[in-house]
Amino acid sequence: MRADLPILPLVLEDVVYEARGVRLIDRLNFAIEAGPRTIILGPNGAGKSLTLRLCHGLIQPSSGRVEWRGPGARGARRRQAMVFQRPVMLRRSAAANIDYALSLAGLERRTRARRVEEALERTGLSLLARRPARVLSGGEQQRLALARAWALGPDVVFLDEPTASLDPAATRAVEDIVNAFHNSGAKIVMTTQDLGQARRLADEVIFLHRGRMLERESAERFFSAPASPEARAFVRGELLW
Amino acid sequence: MHDFGEAFRAAFRLLVGLDPDLLEIIGLSLRMTFSAALIAALLGLPAGAALALLRFPGRHALIVLVNALMGLPPVVLGLVLYLLLSRAGPLGVLGLLFTPTAMIIAQTCLILPIITALTRQVIEDLSREYDEQLRSLGASVVRSIGTLLWDGRSSLVTGILAGFGRAAGEVGSIMIVGGNIDHFTRTMTTAMVLETSRGNFALSLGLGAVLMALALGVNAAAALLKETAQRAQG
Repeated sequence: MRADLPILPLVLEDVVYEARGVRLIDRLNFAIEAGPRTIILGPNGAGKSLTLRLCHGLIQPSSGRVEWRGPGARGARRRQAMVFQRPVMLRRSAAANIDYALSLAGLERRTRARRVEEALERTGLSLLARRPARVLSGGEQQRLALARAWALGPDVVFLDEPTASLDPAATRAVEDIVNAFHNSGAKIVMTTQDLGQARRLADEVIFLHRGRMLERESAERFFSAPASPEARAFVRGELLW
Repeated sequence: MHDFGEAFRAAFRLLVGLDPDLLEIIGLSLRMTFSAALIAALLGLPAGAALALLRFPGRHALIVLVNALMGLPPVVLGLVLYLLLSRAGPLGVLGLLFTPTAMIIAQTCLILPIITALTRQVIEDLSREYDEQLRSLGASVVRSIGTLLWDGRSSLVTGILAGFGRAAGEVGSIMIVGGNIDHFTRTMTTAMVLETSRGNFALSLGLGAVLMALALGVNAAAALLKETAQRAQG
């Protein structure tokens, strides 16, 4: 799929999102380019999840624009995937959950079977293929959500705090898969409020605070010399809200 | 016949002896209620799902109406249908009054709000969990409805059985539109009303026992189904 024309960059222009008169996202301006793993970082309530949903098109901005500007932008809808903080599993087997996503993407049965198998193998879930997805552990379910995204072969993967409720071993497994995605050429856009995780994964950081973007830096610069006082406090591990 | 024990013994003899009149009545009752539950499910599941997922003006009023209709008094429904189906009524030309078809229509109307309201609730709850994921995967509305109905299946079957239970024990509407005609529209409940008023307690009790067994069976099946489904799928 990635042989097609690229859909990136994704450009946000003056994006505002309001709910019940409260401005939750305030004039976001940035472009997401192919390549580096982009980590959207910030404390609780900074608007990380909303930003990701705006990027993925699950919610529409109150004003401003979210646009795919690559030459292949017309097919952007089907070439992105999202992994949620709490994985949503259908009441069917692990394999059938992946197969379902592929059938929505319009793939033929025979191609689907092979891709399901591949995705389960990549995420170490082959032995659990026939288990009902909802009885899997939290970590296994999140890996299955990643496998489902993997099977779709997306150009861009949005991940919304995918390890927020997982133990270290499961977190490690998820991060390994995220890196495998990256190495396969998919663009990673991921939110986290875990500083350690950001240090491990980020190539570049978008730092959000109270709905505004305070910084956009390479990971190296962001962690060594954050410019804003809020980011400095956050990087030092102080409580920020 | 005032001897209670004697009535029970007579009822038992009717049941064990597979009395043909009794079997005929039970047969018609089951046929009627199964048909009504089936039709109501075919209409109510998609209607409830649509009510849960689609946004249109008057939606809230419709939800209130459907919920209110769950408590529709059967005799009122029977009366309205009677007026509609009687010779002089707007649907009189169909000649349906005092036929099993009229009774199936009555029971369908009675169950439909139950199944619709319950489906709406189940699908709305499930949709809150699934919505973003399904949209992220690019599911169409029609496909989403199918997926949600399938994933809500264990709760939905319980709702259909609840509707079935209500219809099986109902007498008011089918008495009015069916007329309780011997060998034609006589069901377990209408027969019980008649036989009790005649003092023929044996047949009444026999039918009562069958109805109770049916209610118990349906509820046990519902509970069992839900439990196994939950254990299997989480």
